[in-house]
Amino acid sequence: HLARSLPLPSERDHLRPRIDLVVFMIDIKSKYSLKNVETSLTHVDASFFLGKVCFLVTGVGRVNACSIDTNAVCKLGEAYCSPVLFCELELEEIRVATAQRLLRMLQICAGHIPGVSALSFVSLMRNSDDY
Amino acid sequence: QENVDPQKTAFLLRKAWALYSVTPLYRFRRARLREYARLLSAFIAAEKQKGLAVEVGAELDIKVALSSLADLRGSELDQAALLVQLSSRSRASSRNSEDKLVWSGWFCSVFGDDLSENMPEDFTSLPLFLSHGAESYMSLVGSWFQKTFDCCFRRLAISPLSLSWMVAMWAGCTLDRAASAVELVFSVPCLSQPLDISYAIHPEDAKALWDTVQKTPGEVTQEEVDVFMDCLYTHFHRHFKIHLSAAKLVKVSTAVASAHCDGIVKILHSQYLPGVLTLLTELAISQIQ
Repeated sequence: HLARSLPLPSERDHLRPRIDLVVFMIDIKSKYSLKNVETSLTHVDASFFLGKVCFLVTGVGRVNACSIDTNAVCKLGEAYCSPVLFCELELEEIRVATAQRLLRMLQICAGHIPGVSALSFVSLMRNSDDY
Repeated sequence: QENVDPQKTAFLLRKAWALYSVTPLYRFRRARLREYARLLSAFIAAEKQKGLAVEVGAELDIKVALSSLADLRGSELDQAALLVQLSSRSRASSRNSEDKLVWSGWFCSVFGDDLSENMPEDFTSLPLFLSHGAESYMSLVGSWFQKTFDCCFRRLAISPLSLSWMVAMWAGCTLDRAASAVELVFSVPCLSQPLDISYAIHPEDAKALWDTVQKTPGEVTQEEVDVFMDCLYTHFHRHFKIHLSAAKLVKVSTAVASAHCDGIVKILHSQYLPGVLTLLTELAISQIQ
């Protein structure tokens, strides 16, 4: 399900299937997209941040069109305990690889992979400094 | 900050310079400038013979002058700037006629310690190159330097993020004379016809805004630049209901300097010349690394 921002309209709540993974897309060329994501984050229930949220930064191939500070995005990921993926949608191989990664994450979040749960993402994110 | 003699640097002001990043020069010797000038001159003449020449008016002899600008540097660790000037004298005109400057370019490094720190002996670090004049001359000069000193020139593009740093820093500069407006030009993506939006702000308002945002004089942080830009975006949205933050910032203009994302700058004020060059040197170095 694709949405421009959160919260999702309440009218369709009863028709909506269970949400397993929320991917926030940030376009490196648009400061507005980052602001939009920051506002939408406040509408997400806290339980999702146990591995069911990830940030996808697109357009990273064009370094010269960068309008946002990537450090800020990484800090956002840390603040919300969620992984940050970088990709370039204009390149087919990277687009396909990213889609495969997201699909894999979704399978784990939906409980389709035995022995691995969404909580694993959170522990993988911990810095080696913490040990 | 070093005091740069305004006389010597007057030629830098009010000209549109195309920016390049240059990797370190191998076996460049300051003492051999005159010899290099001869070699470059011969190279240009030879290329012209081959028909790879430059302009109409092939009657023109191109004279090359190389000089060092000792004042144009940040610290003692920086190399002095190197100026390359191409002048022409028409063969048809009299012997006493003046040479006409047709192209100039200069290498410089202002506080370029990041690159020059661990530089091996034979290498000279002058990461920023600025060119003014016909692109064809730039090609010739660039090829000669690349061949002779095994370096690499690359156009230096300026990202919207860097442009927003520039406009925030330069809008905050104190100027004694009346300043021109602070202008930001945005290009709107994904439209069938390209649309440019120009946002002009009174320089005193822009400076007042920056003064409320900046916490430590002399220090600029990413957060402060973000707050400054957000205020401008919000103000614009309030009036026009357009989110400039979704558009691409392509050009900024202030009374101190103006910069375009294609890597073109114009410096208007000698007082802030070192500051502007420091920023550009930093951009050049990050493109090289």
